[in-house]
Amino acid sequence: MKILVCIKQVPDTEALLRITADEITISEAGVKFILNPYDEYALEEALRIREANPGSLVRAVTLGPARCAEALRTAAAMGADEVLHLRAEEPTLDGLAAARALNRAAAEFSPDLILLGKESIDDGNMQVGPMLAELLGLPCLTVVTRLTLAGANLTAECERDEGTALFEAGLPAVVTCQKGLNEPRYPSIRGKMAAMKMAIPEEPAALEAGRIRIARLIPPPARAGGRNVGEGAAAVPELIRLLHTEARVI
Amino acid sequence: MPMVLAVAEAGEKGLRKVSYEVTAQARLLADAMGGEVTALAITGAGGCAEAGALGAYGADRVLIAADQTLAVFQGDHYAQVVKAAIGQTGAGVVLFPATSAGRELAPRVAAALDGALASDCIAISWQEGGLTAQKPLYAGKVVAKVVLAGDLQMASLRPNVFTAGLCRPGATAPVEPLALPPLAGRSLLKEVRRSDSGRLDVSEADVILCGGRGMRAPENFALLEEIAALLGGAVGATRAVVDAGWRPHSEQVGQTGKVVSPSLYIMCGASGSIQHWAGMSGSRCIVAVNKDPNAPIMGRADYSITGDLFEILPLLKEEIARLRG
Repeated sequence: MKILVCIKQVPDTEALLRITADEITISEAGVKFILNPYDEYALEEALRIREANPGSLVRAVTLGPARCAEALRTAAAMGADEVLHLRAEEPTLDGLAAARALNRAAAEFSPDLILLGKESIDDGNMQVGPMLAELLGLPCLTVVTRLTLAGANLTAECERDEGTALFEAGLPAVVTCQKGLNEPRYPSIRGKMAAMKMAIPEEPAALEAGRIRIARLIPPPARAGGRNVGEGAAAVPELIRLLHTEARVI
Repeated sequence: MPMVLAVAEAGEKGLRKVSYEVTAQARLLADAMGGEVTALAITGAGGCAEAGALGAYGADRVLIAADQTLAVFQGDHYAQVVKAAIGQTGAGVVLFPATSAGRELAPRVAAALDGALASDCIAISWQEGGLTAQKPLYAGKVVAKVVLAGDLQMASLRPNVFTAGLCRPGATAPVEPLALPPLAGRSLLKEVRRSDSGRLDVSEADVILCGGRGMRAPENFALLEEIAALLGGAVGATRAVVDAGWRPHSEQVGQTGKVVSPSLYIMCGASGSIQHWAGMSGSRCIVAVNKDPNAPIMGRADYSITGDLFEILPLLKEEIARLRG
């Protein structure tokens, strides 16, 4: 069984982000980059499926500039058998451009299963998984919190606003992974050492021109400083008054 | 004439509120373009009694796609319906609600029809012959103004951010059935387990009572639920609380949870990490209750009370109940 895991490198959730002078990019100076947290669930699920199905192969692929090789090393340290770096120097907000580049990589690998995080925490687009499924004409199971594989059949619990939807689909399929699906493993020291030294195969991503471009980045509106209404239960009536008559939210 | 298609989502209890928001935005775009609005209501076989009411929000006509297989969101079927509606109306602009369904549906349609898509937008406008949108990046640490290009331009709109403006009060739009394409699925829906019916999703709630570690135990969230019920709101949770298993992940607010923008956000017993702040700083009014006056949230909230939340919250509940009379 061949499993393709599409991963992305993103700024750490702790990072304070600064807009650069060009107003269309984020300054990367001093920003720590991490593997997108939702992609960790995708990788972990791939590794678990491989462990349950001896002879399986897990390939991690990423799209992005040179620094993204680090995300592939993390994937290898966790246990991915193979990695592939699709080099693209400029970030794209266009999920379809990214999905098409990944689609070409997928075609060459012909995976039985494609796993992705349900979204990346940088652009928060949630686009690439469903787009990839559509391009490949495959079943698409999104925001999955539980996945069971029996032979060539998948059962997935998909998180929805209204609750949980339970789907069945045959392989090959595309699955996007949500928190709760599993508990991602920490890479072993040995795995980390090996990953540090490994050569990362690279290919140009040949991203098509995006249909969407950033005209300007804007800092979120600043909030006026807060007001301490008082201490303890005694302050509650005043808070209620302020919420009712000043803020008019209750 | 340019056509804007507004995709309206129906839930168990009829059209979701965000469907009116999407239709009202479609109207504003169509006015700027000199065009018309078609709303597409996708529902189960029973149809949707209030579909015509979308006219009051600016729909010139409503297409209704009613079929037993459309009662619950299934991406394959819904994408086929939207593609058919785009084909039948010739729409060049399509707006979706950025609900769990809309966020799977819009990318599928974009991939199938080579459309440009901006996801989870908080502002949209028609500028220089194209769609311009604002969408948060890094869970709202930055907002990107983006410009779309091409013959098919689409956006999904974050619920609860846009005003559902009644531009034609009392108006009813003509409702016609959409000629349905054959609906085929690559996956099989077996079952839908609804969370407590009546429970509002945090992303759609206008008031959120959010609890952190300071709530001390999962059973103490009952207090937040009671206050939320009084205000017609929902309970949210911090990552720490979700990781501890006290609350479901569907309630998590923040960079690895949901991004919300209610009118009122009451934060109880949580410090307000940068990740959490990213998810809720778009709230209109933020209240913090915390025993630590130096917690980051205390300086950033509009109103804060220092002290023991187990003394403060019961009184807050009482006072709200009294106000609501």
